[in-house]
Amino acid sequence: MISGFIFRALEGKIIVAIAVLLGIAVLVPALNLMTAPDSALHIPTYVMSLFGKYLCYALLALALDLVWGYCGILSLGHGAFFALGGYAMGMYLMRQIGPRGVYGNPVLPDFMVFLNYKELPWFWYGMDWFVVAMAMVLLVPGLLAFVFGWFAFRSRVNGVYLSIITQAMTYALMLAFFRNDMGFGGNNGLTDFKDILGFQVQADGTRAVLFALSAVVLALCLLISSAIVRSKFGKVLVGVRDAESRVRFLGFRVENIKLFTFVVSAMMAGIAGALFVPQVGIINPGEFAPANSIEIVVWTAVGGRGTLIGPIIGAVLVNAGKSFFTGAFPEFWLYALGSLFIFVTRFLPRGIVGTVQHGFKARDAMRAAADAEKGRGDIGTVAQTVQAAE
Amino acid sequence: MNTIAETRAKSLLYLEDVSVSFDGFKALNALSFVVEPGELRAIIGPNGAGKTTMMDIITGKTRPDTGKVLFEDTIDLTKKDEADIAQLGIGRKFQKPTVFESHTVWDNLELALNRDRGVFGTLFYRLTPEDKARIEEILNTVRLTHRAREYAANLSHGQKQWLEIGMLLAQEPKLLLVDEPVAGMTDAETVETAILLREIARTRSVVVVEHDMGFIRDLGVKVTCLAEGSVLAEGSIDFVSSDPKVIENYLGR
Amino acid sequence: MQDNKLLRAFWLILILSFSVSAPCFAQSGADPKPLIDALAKADFSEAERLIGEIALTGDVRAVPALEAFSEGDLYVRKADGLVFIGKAGDDGLELIEPITGVSAGPAPKSALTKIKINNNLRRVISSAAGGLTLLSPDRSVRLSAANAVLSSPSAENLDLVETALAKETDPEVKARMTEARAVSVLSSDRSVDDKRDAIRTIKTIGGNDALSILSAVSGSIDASLKGDLDAALAALQSKQKLWDMAQNVWYGLSLGSVLLLAAIGLAITFGVMGIINMAHGEMVMLGAYSTFMVQDLIRDHAPGLFDWSLTIALPVAFLVTGAVGLVIERAVIRFLYGRPLETLLATWGVSLILQQTIRSIFGPTNQEVGNPSWMSGSFPVGGMTITWNRMWIIVFSLTIFFTLLVVMKKSAYGLSMRAVTQNRRMASSMGIRTPWVDALTFALGSGIAGIAGVALSQIDNVSPNLGQSYIIDSFMVVVFGGVGNLWGTLVGALSLGVLNKFLEPSVGAVLGKILVLVLIILFIQKRPRGLFALKGRAVEA
Repeated sequence: MISGFIFRALEGKIIVAIAVLLGIAVLVPALNLMTAPDSALHIPTYVMSLFGKYLCYALLALALDLVWGYCGILSLGHGAFFALGGYAMGMYLMRQIGPRGVYGNPVLPDFMVFLNYKELPWFWYGMDWFVVAMAMVLLVPGLLAFVFGWFAFRSRVNGVYLSIITQAMTYALMLAFFRNDMGFGGNNGLTDFKDILGFQVQADGTRAVLFALSAVVLALCLLISSAIVRSKFGKVLVGVRDAESRVRFLGFRVENIKLFTFVVSAMMAGIAGALFVPQVGIINPGEFAPANSIEIVVWTAVGGRGTLIGPIIGAVLVNAGKSFFTGAFPEFWLYALGSLFIFVTRFLPRGIVGTVQHGFKARDAMRAAADAEKGRGDIGTVAQTVQAAE
Repeated sequence: MNTIAETRAKSLLYLEDVSVSFDGFKALNALSFVVEPGELRAIIGPNGAGKTTMMDIITGKTRPDTGKVLFEDTIDLTKKDEADIAQLGIGRKFQKPTVFESHTVWDNLELALNRDRGVFGTLFYRLTPEDKARIEEILNTVRLTHRAREYAANLSHGQKQWLEIGMLLAQEPKLLLVDEPVAGMTDAETVETAILLREIARTRSVVVVEHDMGFIRDLGVKVTCLAEGSVLAEGSIDFVSSDPKVIENYLGR
Repeated sequence: MQDNKLLRAFWLILILSFSVSAPCFAQSGADPKPLIDALAKADFSEAERLIGEIALTGDVRAVPALEAFSEGDLYVRKADGLVFIGKAGDDGLELIEPITGVSAGPAPKSALTKIKINNNLRRVISSAAGGLTLLSPDRSVRLSAANAVLSSPSAENLDLVETALAKETDPEVKARMTEARAVSVLSSDRSVDDKRDAIRTIKTIGGNDALSILSAVSGSIDASLKGDLDAALAALQSKQKLWDMAQNVWYGLSLGSVLLLAAIGLAITFGVMGIINMAHGEMVMLGAYSTFMVQDLIRDHAPGLFDWSLTIALPVAFLVTGAVGLVIERAVIRFLYGRPLETLLATWGVSLILQQTIRSIFGPTNQEVGNPSWMSGSFPVGGMTITWNRMWIIVFSLTIFFTLLVVMKKSAYGLSMRAVTQNRRMASSMGIRTPWVDALTFALGSGIAGIAGVALSQIDNVSPNLGQSYIIDSFMVVVFGGVGNLWGTLVGALSLGVLNKFLEPSVGAVLGKILVLVLIILFIQKRPRGLFALKGRAVEA
C-alpha cells in the first residue's frame, strides 16, 4: 500500500509538471501578446525568449538524464546532438532567407557566396522543406548516436572511457564545423534568419508560438520519458546502471538496451537544439564545445539525476543563475559555476529533487520495515499495489 | 564405464580439455568436466584453482583458448555471449550477491522472469496473472514473501543471496551455477540454503562452488575438487576428502 | 628582440676579431696601399680595375677601406692627395689611415674631397671584400665568408676562392670553400669538365640548398651538361624526400613529446588512482604561469640569470602545482574515491575556478615568456632543421618519463603507492598511511603537470586557456596507451604525435586532428583498455 503511494506520488509529480508546463505554454505567450507593454503583468518578448531558451536546455537535460540518470551512461557529448539538431533547423532557416540575403543569391546562403561556392552542397538539398528539415532534426542526431553507440556498446566501452570518447566525439565535430569547407558556415555558423514557415522569426507572435511549442514539446518528452522509465524496460535500464553484469546474465542484450536509450536521448537533444535555434537566432560550432556538454551534466546533477523532473528544474535554475551572474557580476560566474560543480558532487550527489525524494523513500522504508515486523505484509496486497501502480 | 561419446550425448554440460591463460598464467589447464541433467554437483578447490574462471567460460564471460564447451551436447557455448547463454537456460549466481538494490524485491524477480527480453517487449510489458502467480511462488520458495515491497538494498546479506537465487529460479534455467552461496551467512541460514538448493535441484541441474565443507556435507552430493586449473579428484565427499592429493592441495594436513 | 641582440653580439665579435688580428698579419702579396691611394684620381672604370687588384693582393687589411669606400666614407686629403677613411667627428672629420687603421687626427671637411661611388662599384666592392675575407687569419671569418660566397656565387670571385682554397688548412673551412668554388664554377666560363666536377661536388652538399643552386643554373647551363644536372637533381630530390620524411618524424616526435608531457601527470592521477582530473590542464597552465612569474622576477632583479630562468622555474612550478594539487585532493577528491565520474565533475569545477582566478589576476591575454638563449635557434642535421627548443623538450619529456618510471618502480614511495592502488585495505593494514599516499600521488601528478607547463610555456601561448587545449588530447593519449601503464603513455603519445604529423601534409592540420580523434574512438572500440592493456580476471572484476 505504501509503495503504491510512492508510485502514485511519483505519477502525480509528473502530472503536476506536465500541467505546469502546459499552463506556462498558454499563460506566458498570453501575457506577452495580450497585455499592454506598460501593464504590470506584461512579459517582454526578450524575457519570454530567454525562458524559451531555458526550456530547450531543460529538454536537453532531460535527454541526458535518460542516459545518465537511468542507464548510467555519462555522455559528455550530448551538446553534439543538440547542435546537430540546431544545425538542421538552421539550414532550413537559411534556405528560407532566399534572395533577401546580402548577396541576393536566390539559392546559395550568403556565406556560400562569400566562400565562392558554385552550387549548393548535396546535403543542403531538400532542407528548404520544413518536413525534411524536421526529419533531419531527429535523424541526424539519432543516426550519429546509433553509429557511435553501436560500436561503443557492442565492444562494452563503458564508464569513464565512454565519457571520454563521447567528449572526443563532440570535440572532433567542433573542429570539423569550424572548417569553412564543411559547408556549414565555418566559425560564424548560421544566422540572420528571416522566416519560419512563412512567419517572421523576430515577430512577437512567432516568438510566442515558439515559446509555447518549447513548453509543449518538453511536456511531451517528459511524458514519453516517464513512460519509458516506469515500464519494465525502465527497470531494466536502472538494472544496467546498478549491476550491468547481472542484467547480462539474466539474458538481456545490454547493448541493445543502451543503444535504444542513447538514440532516443540523442533525438530529444536534437529536438531541443531545433527549438533553441530560432529563439536565439544563431547556431555556431561553439555549441559543440566540450565545455557546453559538461555544463549539461551539472544542470542534471543539480536538479537530481534519475528523477526526470530534477534535470528540468536544474537546467532552469542554473541557467537563470547564469543569466543573472553574467549580467550582474560577469567575473564571478565561473567561480559560481565551478563551486556548484564541487558542491553538488560533494554534498548533494542526488541533486535537489533526488534528495527530497530520498527523504520520503527512507521514511517509507522505515514504515515498511515496521509493518514487516508486525507481520502485516502479505503477497496479495503487494501484488495489488504493484499492479495498481502499473 | 561409459564411452566418451555416450557421456557426452547424455550430458547437460560438457567441458573437454578446456584451457585458458591470462598473461602466461594458466587459469584452466585441460579441464574436463561433465554435468548430467538433474544433477546437483559441488565444486571445491583452493583459491586460484580456476573455479570462477570455469564459470566465466560456461557463461560466456571469458573465451577459452582451447577446448570444447557444449550445452545439451549440440550447442557450442564458446560461440555465444552472456545474454545468449542465459536465454539458453544457464543461470549464474555471483560470489558477491548481485541484485538490483534500487528496485524492490518484487521488481527484481519481475525483471528476472523468463519473458520477452527485447527492447519493445519490455517497453510494453504488462504483469499477467500467471506472472504474478509465478513471482509469488518464487517469493515463497526463497522465503522473502514478507519483504516483497522493500528495496533490495535494505535486505540482509543472506536475504540478498536468496533473492539472487530466486532471480535465477525466475529465469527458469536448466542449469544453475552458484558461486559460494553461503559465504557470510549465519549457521542457520547455511542450513536453510542447503535445503533450498536441494529443493531446486529436484527440477534442474545445479553446480555449487563452495569452501564450506560442512555445507557440502549437508548437500550430500558428488564433489569435484579443482586445483591449478584441472580436476584433482571427483566422487563422494568422503572419497574426495580422503584423497591424499586433495589433502595436500586443499584441505591441508 | 632577443634574436636581434644575439645577432648584434655575433657581429661585434666578428668585427673585433677581424680588426684586432688584422694588423699583425703579414701578407705576402703586393702592398695594397698604393692601389688605395690611386683611387684618388681614378674614374669609375679605373676604380673598378683598382678594386680588382686590391682584391688580388689578398691583403685583408684593405677590407675596412673598401667598406668605407662603399659607404661613401673614403676621402682624399687635398693637401697631399693621400686617401683616408673619414668618420664624422666633433668638428669636421676624424681621419683614419686606410691600411694601418691608425688615427690621423681631425680635419675640416673643406680640406678633403669625397671619392665618388656608384652602385656598380658597390657591387664590385662587396664581392671583393667577400673574397678578401676568405683569406682572413680568423677561422670563423673565413668560414662565414665561404658561406657567403656559397649563398651568392659570382664568377669574379672564382680566382680568389681558388687562392684561398690552396692556402686553407682547416678541413671544415676547406670543405666549405670547395663547395663555394664549385658553385662559382657553374656560373663562370670554365670548361665543361670543370663544371661537371662542380655539379658532382654540389651534389654532395645535399639538401634544399644544393637543389636550389642546381635548379637555378639549369636554364643557363651548357646543353652537354644537362644530363649530369638532371641526374644530380633527381638524386638530390629522392634524397630530400627521405629527409622530409625524417623531418616529419621529427615533428611528430616533437608533438608526441608535448603530448607526453601533458599526459604523463594524467597517467598517474587517472591511470594509477582512477581519478578523472579535468583540472589537469589547469595544472599545466599554472606551471606555465609560474615560469612567467619567475622570469618576471629575474628580469626585474637579476637579468643576468635569465638563461637559468627555466631551471629555476622547474622546482618552483613543481612545488606550486604540487601544493595546489595537494589542496584539491584534501579538499575535494578524497571524498570521491571510487566514483570516477564524480571526480570528473568536481575537478571540472576546480578547473573553472582556477582559470577564472588566473584570468582575474593576470588578465585574459597572453603573457610573454621568453626563450633562454640555449632554447632558441636551430641547427641542421643533413637535410632537416632541428630547433633547439623542440629538441630540449623531447629530451626533457623523456627525462621526466624515465625519472618517474624509476621512482615508481624503485623507491619506497613508489612501492607503497602501487600497493595502495592494488589493494587499499591490505596496504593500510600493513601500516601504509593510505590517505597520505593518495594525497602525495595526486600532488605528484599535479607537480609533473606543472613542470610540463614550464616546458610548454616555451612553445605555446601562456594564457588562462592554455590547459583547455591539452586536456582532451592528454586523455586520448592515456586511454589510447592503456590506463595504468606508463609505457603505454609513452608509446601512445609518440605514435599519436607522429600519426598526426603524417596526416597533416595530405589532409591539413584540422582534418588530420579530426581523423586522429576518429581513429582513437574506433581503436577504443577494438581494444577498450588501450594499447597496453592489463589482461586477466582481476582487471575484469
